[in-house]
Amino acid sequence: MSAVLAAVLQVLLLVLLLALVVPLLGRYLAHLFTAPTHLRFERATYRLLRVDPDADQHWRSYAFSVLGFSLVSVLFLFVFGRVQQWLPLDIGMSALPADGAWNTAVSFATNTNWQWYSGEAAIGHLMQMAGLAVQNFVSAGVGLAVAAAFARGLARTSAGGRVGNFWSDLVRVVLRLLLPASFVAALVLVALGVVQNLSGPRGVTTLDGGTQQVTGGPVASQEAIKEIGTNGGGFYNANSSHPFENPTALSNLLEIFLLLVIPFAMAWAFGVIVRDRRQGGAVMAVMGSLWLVSVGLLTWAELAGHGTAPSLAGAAMEGKETRFGEAASALFAASTTATSTGSVNAMHDSLTAPGGGVAIVNMLLGEVAPGGVGAGLYGMLMLAVVTVFLAGLMVGRTPEYLGHKIGQREIVVVALYILTMPVLVLAGVAIGLTAPAGLAGLQESGSHGLSEALYAVASASNNNGSAFAGLATGTPFWNTLLGLCMLLGRFVPIVLVLALAGRFAAQHRVPVGAGTLPTHRPLFVILLSGVTVIVVGLTFVPVLALGPIAESLS
Amino acid sequence: MNENQKLDTRTTAEPGSDEHDGAGPAHAQAEYAEVPSALLTASMLREALPGALRKLDPRALAATPVMLIVEIGAVATAVLSIIDPSTLGWAVTVWLWLTVLFGTLAESVAEGRGKAQAASLRALQTETTARRLTGRDRRRLADQPTEEVASTSLRAGDLVLVAAGERVPGDGDVVEGVASVDESAVTGESAPVIRESGGDRSAVTGGTTVLSDRIVVRITSDPGQSFVDRMIGLVEGSQRQRTPNELALNVLLGTLTAVFVAVCISLYFVADYSDAHQSLLVLTALLVCLIPTTIGALLSAIGIAGMDRLVRRNVLAMSGRAVEAAGDVDVLLLDKTGTITYGNRQASELHTISGVERHELLEAALLASLADETPEGRSIVTLIEEETGQHVSVPDGATLVEFSASTRMSGIDVSGRRVRKGAAGAACGWVEETGGAQSDEIHAAVEQVASSGGTPLVVAEQVDGSPARLLGVVHLKDVVKDGMRERFDQMRAMGLRTVMITGDNAVTAKAIAEEAGVDDFLAEATPEDKLALIRKEQHGGRMVAMCGDGTNDAPALAQADVGVAMNTGTTAAKEAGNMVDLDSDPTKLIDVVEIGKQLLITRGALTTFSVANDVAKYFAILPAMFVVAFPGLDVLNVMRLSSPQSAIVSAVVFNALVIVALIPLALRGVRYRPAAAEVLLRRNLLVYGVGGLITPFVGIKVLDLLVSLVPGL
Repeated sequence: MSAVLAAVLQVLLLVLLLALVVPLLGRYLAHLFTAPTHLRFERATYRLLRVDPDADQHWRSYAFSVLGFSLVSVLFLFVFGRVQQWLPLDIGMSALPADGAWNTAVSFATNTNWQWYSGEAAIGHLMQMAGLAVQNFVSAGVGLAVAAAFARGLARTSAGGRVGNFWSDLVRVVLRLLLPASFVAALVLVALGVVQNLSGPRGVTTLDGGTQQVTGGPVASQEAIKEIGTNGGGFYNANSSHPFENPTALSNLLEIFLLLVIPFAMAWAFGVIVRDRRQGGAVMAVMGSLWLVSVGLLTWAELAGHGTAPSLAGAAMEGKETRFGEAASALFAASTTATSTGSVNAMHDSLTAPGGGVAIVNMLLGEVAPGGVGAGLYGMLMLAVVTVFLAGLMVGRTPEYLGHKIGQREIVVVALYILTMPVLVLAGVAIGLTAPAGLAGLQESGSHGLSEALYAVASASNNNGSAFAGLATGTPFWNTLLGLCMLLGRFVPIVLVLALAGRFAAQHRVPVGAGTLPTHRPLFVILLSGVTVIVVGLTFVPVLALGPIAESLS
Repeated sequence: MNENQKLDTRTTAEPGSDEHDGAGPAHAQAEYAEVPSALLTASMLREALPGALRKLDPRALAATPVMLIVEIGAVATAVLSIIDPSTLGWAVTVWLWLTVLFGTLAESVAEGRGKAQAASLRALQTETTARRLTGRDRRRLADQPTEEVASTSLRAGDLVLVAAGERVPGDGDVVEGVASVDESAVTGESAPVIRESGGDRSAVTGGTTVLSDRIVVRITSDPGQSFVDRMIGLVEGSQRQRTPNELALNVLLGTLTAVFVAVCISLYFVADYSDAHQSLLVLTALLVCLIPTTIGALLSAIGIAGMDRLVRRNVLAMSGRAVEAAGDVDVLLLDKTGTITYGNRQASELHTISGVERHELLEAALLASLADETPEGRSIVTLIEEETGQHVSVPDGATLVEFSASTRMSGIDVSGRRVRKGAAGAACGWVEETGGAQSDEIHAAVEQVASSGGTPLVVAEQVDGSPARLLGVVHLKDVVKDGMRERFDQMRAMGLRTVMITGDNAVTAKAIAEEAGVDDFLAEATPEDKLALIRKEQHGGRMVAMCGDGTNDAPALAQADVGVAMNTGTTAAKEAGNMVDLDSDPTKLIDVVEIGKQLLITRGALTTFSVANDVAKYFAILPAMFVVAFPGLDVLNVMRLSSPQSAIVSAVVFNALVIVALIPLALRGVRYRPAAAEVLLRRNLLVYGVGGLITPFVGIKVLDLLVSLVPGL
């Protein structure tokens, strides 16, 4: 079987699996975010948290809940990192430095899971389980909750800016979806060979007679939520290229499936929540096409194997696992950067120059194809609002999306949203490449060094978390800068998304007629894809030209 | 008809007023965009130049952040060129200044189009003396003592006497008397109109001339607040406020600008890192090319021109907001009479009954109608003369019997013969009074005509005092104007629902509604019903447009999102509506909607064009900036531009010239044809999106061929 055929079959299998599961999961998600009844153990949780799950929150109150909850998460993780050496199951790890603890706390609370450290050499088992893994669940829950609030805002009219209840969204999504799904997925992963124990480092003698420290741990349980919650923080530094995290081609495909399934299902759930499935279908079509294109491009780039070394070796295998080969590595790389996961099964620094470029562009798209859990949906919907604004003008009406008018106040919110990520990335790159402390972290100079810095800042600002690996980021400079990128890149957009949800929920509905721009038809899908690509293209082409493009063309 | 030119006939001084595209209401949407090239002439540009230079004041530019950034860039490059002179530096500086100037020029030209109209309107305001009533005794108002005061000192509430040959000193309502008034100065309509106290024809406009009789007018506006004052402000654009959608678009353009500012600042540092240092000059040039200058420069011109287009059709919008709202309208309330039908019933058929020869009926109906000067009566004569081919005049010695509300019949008495036509009940009652026989056939015919939406007239005659006999039934029909059905089909395609408002009963209304092809009708409508209908539609989130003239229309006009008052209407109606149609043509409502849509489409199309242009500019400038440091990037130089300097200058020049090239489009608006949203979108995307991608590649390449001839570039 040729490599191309294998790559195509693999993608087809994945698409088939998604097509089977996404509609069901989407309906379940919609139900979860709109059903009025609580389960018994949920009521117990609410009593414990002392919150009223039936209070329909105004968007400001919802936003304060999100910010307050996340602030507590950051503080908790920060302290955890600073004192882990005194806690049980520390397996001999010492306290994280202050800048490192800050970076890690922000990283996991923002669903980014950027790791400046090697997991097996810096984090004890207790922090992995009670600190990081907990955030893997709840930070994913926060993203899903915000997306649900936005979908409800679009579904409601004359609701006085009320968008739902954050606590009930968070508790439900964790208890009814993420925990059970991760439990099942973890069991399957164990069956496929992923380790799950509490052992510390163990000395083993390798084939060539040397000795090596191999650390066991609660890997499968972490692995499941790492992909399901589009988190990406690996137990091991090598992430999903480590055989204990991702032993076989089958586990590899399963992990890709897990990291894609909820982002796509959220688009479906959106259609159900706004009571027009075609709208969800259109959003999903945009996400799907962009994802497929990036998979195609990345696979092409890797299989074509440009450059001297790959030509000599016959394939661009440096930095990739022989268990997976180029196509499965490309599929994983495209999917992990197009969702905001950031787990890797190959070193992205070793991707070919155009391949690395595709990975960077995937993140720079704003993580919308299909994006992180929840974040992908609301990011795409914000772009849809911009598209509707432009296209709506061209049909001669005040633009409206799903019966909501997009006037000056709405467009101000959307404009600030659109502005946030590019400013973070561009400022971050400029600072990183100018400050001596930033330059010191670069492994390479020239175009590739630029790509390393761009990748890191793009990854942090878009809450992806994957790394180009060439950058020595464990320095106070990079830890602080990337921490800021992650924090602002997560919560500024969230507040704006909720503000827009509130505005929409306060409006009167505009009835849909023949003069209304239809937002479920192929023309709109093409237009939205075009706007997504062009907005990103115009913003980042100069930087990309000096980084991956210059490198590819040299 | 040439009603959209009426204002222009007075304003021959205005350049570009030869826009005789003959767009009448029935086909106004057709080819409105195809305006002669005189839309932008050298003389217009020359006249607009001083205004354009004044607008270069940064405080004036601050309202458009995009253009303010360009001006700051132009100042910066000027300073850089003075410090370190180079051909490139000066070329960029000059063209950046031209970019700003072209933007202000566009706005100035748009305003200039209204200036001439404003001038002729101002002529109406020349101070006249008014005769203000001073006393107040029991005599008629017109006989009260008066004093002579300057027209400008009149306040609302003053009573003035205006006699034949005098000019009405200010806006007001006639409170006593009736006069014919020449309103051509305001409306362009040369036929005098009757203005009388009470009722719906009482409003007079300052500056119009009384031709006969004399009237007492209560002034309704203070100095500087009159209708003509407002017209002047509107056509000059001085009272123009930015509309909601314009503000929203401005925010988006500002955001794009901010993104590109961030791009260019970061590029300075990133380029330094890459050992490809970029001068501030080149980065400024890049910035100006990237930010949406095309739409930024033309945005306010588009708004002014939109108002101007309405003025050219003799519609005055009291706010830009109303014009924009017109594009959003979902429901059009149209009065049946005058809008959908010709306003008077016409005879379409004559039904005979057994025992009566057809020629008997024809003769009797003709006789009964010969002296009837109503449109209905004339239409009966025409119909019968067409059938018989003979022309008959009123016989000598005939006595005319006028229609009266009590008899509800009219007719003629001639040599012992009495012929009558009238409402079924009245005519049959008359026949019965004289002892004549009733006829079931008549009743059946009357029923049939009525159920088809027509009005039956029964014809009867009495000869020499014998019992009268019934002869037949004339079918009077409301005739729907030509082309209305097509018009309504277009409306439907645009997503507009049309509702016909009529005082007729439901049966008649339904028949006409079906014939005209409107979506719905409101029969036996009272002003309250109209208001209730508007509220109901608005409660469902729909925007409603209507037109009206009477005082009892005022509440509905005020409630409607777009209320077009007829100029012939009352002051109350004109105050309540947010637009006034000087031609008093209710069909104009449809044009107003189209102009509103065209305004938004023009903005959207030019924004798309502007953003799409950026792709080609990147292909021109990026290789030029970095090809020295990264020779591989030369493959991005797809246009094969001759040198980096030439590439940068060509992009900047293209960016500036495209503004000038698009001024005519901004002024006349993009072509609009009523169609469903998706059809419009596909077409506009193709023209302005794809066109915007391709055009600059060609344009920059051509400019490069010219620019490369300049030594030093």
